[in-house]
Amino acid sequence: MHAFNYHRPSNVNDAAAQAVKTEAKILAGGQSLVQAMKLRLAAPTDLVDLGMIKDLAGIKVDAKAVTIGAMTRHAEVAGSAEVKMAIPALAALAAMIGDRQVRNMGTLGGSLANNDPAADYPAAVLGLNATITTTKGTHAADKFFKGLYETALKPGEIITSVSFPVPKRAAYMKFKNQASRFAIVGVFVADTGAGVRVAVTGAAPCVLRLAEFEKALTAKFAPESVANLKVKADGLNSDLHASAEYRAHLITVMARRAVEAALK
Amino acid sequence: MGAPLIGARIQRKEDYRFLTGAGQYTDDVTLQGQTHAVFVRSPHGHAKIKSIRKDKALKAPGVLAVFTGEDLAAAKVGGLPCGWLITDVNGQPMKEPPHPCLAQGKVRYVGDHVAVVIAETLDGAQDAAELVEVDYEVLPAVADASMARAKGAPVLHDAAPDNTCYVWALGDKAAADAAFAKAAHVTRLEFINNRLIPNAIEPRAAIGLYSRSEDAYTLYVSNQNPHVERLLMAAFVLGLPEHKLRVVAPDVGGGFGSKIYLYAEDVVVTWASKQINRPVKWTADRSESFVSDAHGRDHHTIAELAMDKDGKFLAMRVKTTANMGAYLSTFASAIPTILYATLLAGQYSTPVIHVEVTAVFTNTAPVDAYRGAGRPEATYVVERLVETAAREMKLDPAEIRRRNFIKSFPYQTPVALLYDIGDYEATMSAAIKLADVAGFPQRRKDAEARGKLRGLGYAAYIEACGIAPSAVAGSLGARAGLFEAGEIRVHPTGSVTVFTGSHSHGQGHETTFAQVVADRFGLPIESVDIVHGDTSKILFGMGTYGSRSLAVGGTAIVKAMDKIIAKGKKIAAHLLEAAESDIEYANGEFKVAGTDKKKMFGEIAFAAYVPHNYPHDKLEPGLNENAFYDPSNFTFPAGTYVCEVEIDRDTGVTKVVNFTAVDDFGKIVNPMIVEGQVHGGITQGIGQALTEGCRYDATGQLTTGSFMDYCIPRADDVPSYKVDTRETPCTHNPLGVKGCGEAGAIGAPAALMNAITDALGIKDLPMPATPQTVWKALQNKKAA
Amino acid sequence: MAVRVSMKINGKAVSGEVEARTLLVTFIREHQRLTGTHVGCDTAQCGACTVHMNGKAVKSCSMLAMQAEGADVLTIEGLAKPDGTLHPMQAAFKEHHGLQCGFCTPGMVMNAVDFARRHPNASEQEVREALEGNLCRCTGYHNIVKSIMAGSKAMTTSK
Repeated sequence: MHAFNYHRPSNVNDAAAQAVKTEAKILAGGQSLVQAMKLRLAAPTDLVDLGMIKDLAGIKVDAKAVTIGAMTRHAEVAGSAEVKMAIPALAALAAMIGDRQVRNMGTLGGSLANNDPAADYPAAVLGLNATITTTKGTHAADKFFKGLYETALKPGEIITSVSFPVPKRAAYMKFKNQASRFAIVGVFVADTGAGVRVAVTGAAPCVLRLAEFEKALTAKFAPESVANLKVKADGLNSDLHASAEYRAHLITVMARRAVEAALK
Repeated sequence: MGAPLIGARIQRKEDYRFLTGAGQYTDDVTLQGQTHAVFVRSPHGHAKIKSIRKDKALKAPGVLAVFTGEDLAAAKVGGLPCGWLITDVNGQPMKEPPHPCLAQGKVRYVGDHVAVVIAETLDGAQDAAELVEVDYEVLPAVADASMARAKGAPVLHDAAPDNTCYVWALGDKAAADAAFAKAAHVTRLEFINNRLIPNAIEPRAAIGLYSRSEDAYTLYVSNQNPHVERLLMAAFVLGLPEHKLRVVAPDVGGGFGSKIYLYAEDVVVTWASKQINRPVKWTADRSESFVSDAHGRDHHTIAELAMDKDGKFLAMRVKTTANMGAYLSTFASAIPTILYATLLAGQYSTPVIHVEVTAVFTNTAPVDAYRGAGRPEATYVVERLVETAAREMKLDPAEIRRRNFIKSFPYQTPVALLYDIGDYEATMSAAIKLADVAGFPQRRKDAEARGKLRGLGYAAYIEACGIAPSAVAGSLGARAGLFEAGEIRVHPTGSVTVFTGSHSHGQGHETTFAQVVADRFGLPIESVDIVHGDTSKILFGMGTYGSRSLAVGGTAIVKAMDKIIAKGKKIAAHLLEAAESDIEYANGEFKVAGTDKKKMFGEIAFAAYVPHNYPHDKLEPGLNENAFYDPSNFTFPAGTYVCEVEIDRDTGVTKVVNFTAVDDFGKIVNPMIVEGQVHGGITQGIGQALTEGCRYDATGQLTTGSFMDYCIPRADDVPSYKVDTRETPCTHNPLGVKGCGEAGAIGAPAALMNAITDALGIKDLPMPATPQTVWKALQNKKAA
Repeated sequence: MAVRVSMKINGKAVSGEVEARTLLVTFIREHQRLTGTHVGCDTAQCGACTVHMNGKAVKSCSMLAMQAEGADVLTIEGLAKPDGTLHPMQAAFKEHHGLQCGFCTPGMVMNAVDFARRHPNASEQEVREALEGNLCRCTGYHNIVKSIMAGSKAMTTSK
């Protein structure tokens, strides 16, 4: 790991001020960033640790939405009785991220800001049409994820919380990379009450929605609506573990299974 | 005395320290004044080094030294030797290109050692390593063994212009061709035995220490055979007398073969410790392990089996291209020859076998022994052929095996080995029963109802362990002996320290060997301690690999114990005023036969060290004996594995739902430990078949260079196993033991691939059978 | 950049001046000389570095020492009773041969203790899934799973 200047602000405004430097990085749980720094793939001059900012963590649930603080650990979301009650698919998704130890450190905000193409949370944010609140305002899910490791966040802009509208029903199905356990394909299906949203992670450079699937499921929320839909392989990721064609096939399978699970 | 200790499930003596964090692995050792080494490694598969500039690195904070190949050459540090000379089909010695510890003008694989930076801190050394400026001229590379001899392929070594190390053969080709000509049926397969990366969870580590006062070196190293390491490094690389180098292999966190070898890092830290007059420590990070530990397997094979109309085997022909990697690792040359070709008879009485092996150099990490070493590859050839033959001949896979099993012993195979004993029918029948093969059709039906494909596969493996008779090994090209040494030191109060040349890195020798000694001496196991892993404590040793420790190292200990008992009888005869021939030893007592006159073991030990009343005219005081044991033959563990899988048609995911292993390891000292060895071996075998596939791209880049891309099995990838044993005691060692460390890794891949191909209803599938590979096979089948 | 870090390790208050880039595992192993916590990989997969931070299993190689500022850290050295009596999970690993080379063991045990506390009646499948973040190359997991099932039971009854 390269050397860096370490900052530990006690409030989010100070953090935002310190993080505005071009080569600064924000440290949330560190489960991706610390790895990247260890492997010398990331070398920030300054590291702004959000760990001591207490009001960034926490879960609030009301009839309409589940609001989760950016520094809330995956394990807390996975284990929250309230989240399980309101959006069981969200708790289940959080329980599939990394492994138990990683879930005890990794955070919602960190995951979204990093926008790893194979991360799980972006699928829930996009699938549930969540709103991301930052130090500078709010972002709609549809406008937040911009590309490979790219988001709408500006330098120094820090995610503070994410609000997930409670859907009628939803489910997440993840096909894991055997080695890394990241998603080769993860499909989040949500029947919002005002239409169905289908978000896919792992398959492409950035999380995306499937219009054709959404249309079919909005017409009829049933496995058979998507079972025979074909996804085009063009533009999908292709690597050692899964070709674009295989990923395309898996999207249909995982979408069908997600609908089955949502109906259970 | 209590119950016999041989055969008892004794809890391990070593566990307390491991469970409380008191183990001492190499990286846990911190020496006064210790410095840290970081290696600058080649990022290219093949390149000329045009220049190396150290000056920026040397100026970095805390940097003490930067060394390159030029420095080593100037200091006359030699290259790494290969310990086994293979003579090719034309009677010529194999090609042995130089294997420098730090590159001399050229790098030949990603991870090849270019320079070493030594600094006060690890962070400092890592920072400075980035400042070493290496100017490379990138050359075309060849990573795939089957392309290495192609016309126009890039040449790695001047000494091997066709990238060929050797072409070697065994068996009677004319007789094999004649048998094939009259066969009723021939089964043919062509496949790759996939390259594996060992990945012991403790990364390799080494600390070199030079003592000016003694003018001698100490090397702490994560290694399976410290005396071999010392011999190779002292005699062949550093040109030191052996008494000037002490090698300590403390607790070692798994080896699986990858820590047998003398590695460049070990040499460099040892040599450098004198140059800077400070201890030098290097610990691999996992990324380095991936590129620089010796890999395993990597065979490309065409195999054929000729049968008569009843499925009786007439002959086998095998052609294998074996990837040696960029350089010859310590025992690389022996793996696809001596440890592979000789096992191709399997458990069968196939009368004629011919095998030809071509070993090639490629721009990849060196390949050497990895758990099983040659024998998994041989078992894969034989057992995939046999199962495929059964399917083609419409015979039950157990029945075709039964028709061809060797039934009388000793049995001379057509590929050089003499099997001493076995009962292959017994292990197979037991496995069939334990696996409930009879219930399989119903289970398959049930699976189909759930939309799953279910398959069952066998593998009846044999291995040659307990390597080796030194004379035989020597005649086959070994440049070392393959005996083992042991020493028994009985202390004045009757407790015992045993020094063994075997090395335990998970196998539980501290317990198993103590059971052997305590049982034979009739002592409580707490009175016996086992010491290993330090050339300054142990008289000699050839180390632990090839499932040899109990059969060879254990026997050396037994021989030393026999000497202790013989001397004890002399002392007892004197004390009891009886004839030596009347003294019997049992359960810790020296007794005059037919009387109640006796002396306890501890009393005899005391008399030996406080020899007031002692036969000084006939005996020296003290009770300390050592022995060397060179076996008269290999041992031949064998068994049958039955694997059952379920495949998800939609995703191609294969789940191992049942795995049954029945092994014949001869006599068993600690069944708990043996079962553990089998579980671990099976899991590595499942890894090979399902999840682990090392890949290099055409430029020689390792594309599976971390646990993010190279998948060793996790707990939820495997089931609990059903394991059992049958016993035909080895005929030529006093313990009747054969060895159990590698069996699982040897038998599992073939059983699993036989099950998968059964489930899919296809002839063959490449390993690892990842979900994508299985899905593609299903697509192809649908399209066909 | 040098920073000062303070925490409790195995009940004892410790602090030190370290480079900001010091990992928690480095602080534990090199600065506190508690070498029972191991490093087996550099991509947060193997779990040999698992310790408890404020009662939760975390990977000490995947966080800075500074992230444990003020925390209560438990390593394998602090698990047995001061008189040397093994924790029920440690004892179960010994009894069921849940370790071979011992290198992954501290991480396995620390994760298992945390898991068993939260899921005292877990099934075999749940135990296997709970080990997603721990790699073992020796045991094939068979006896680790057995040990955790037994250790978990013993932890419940020894309460």
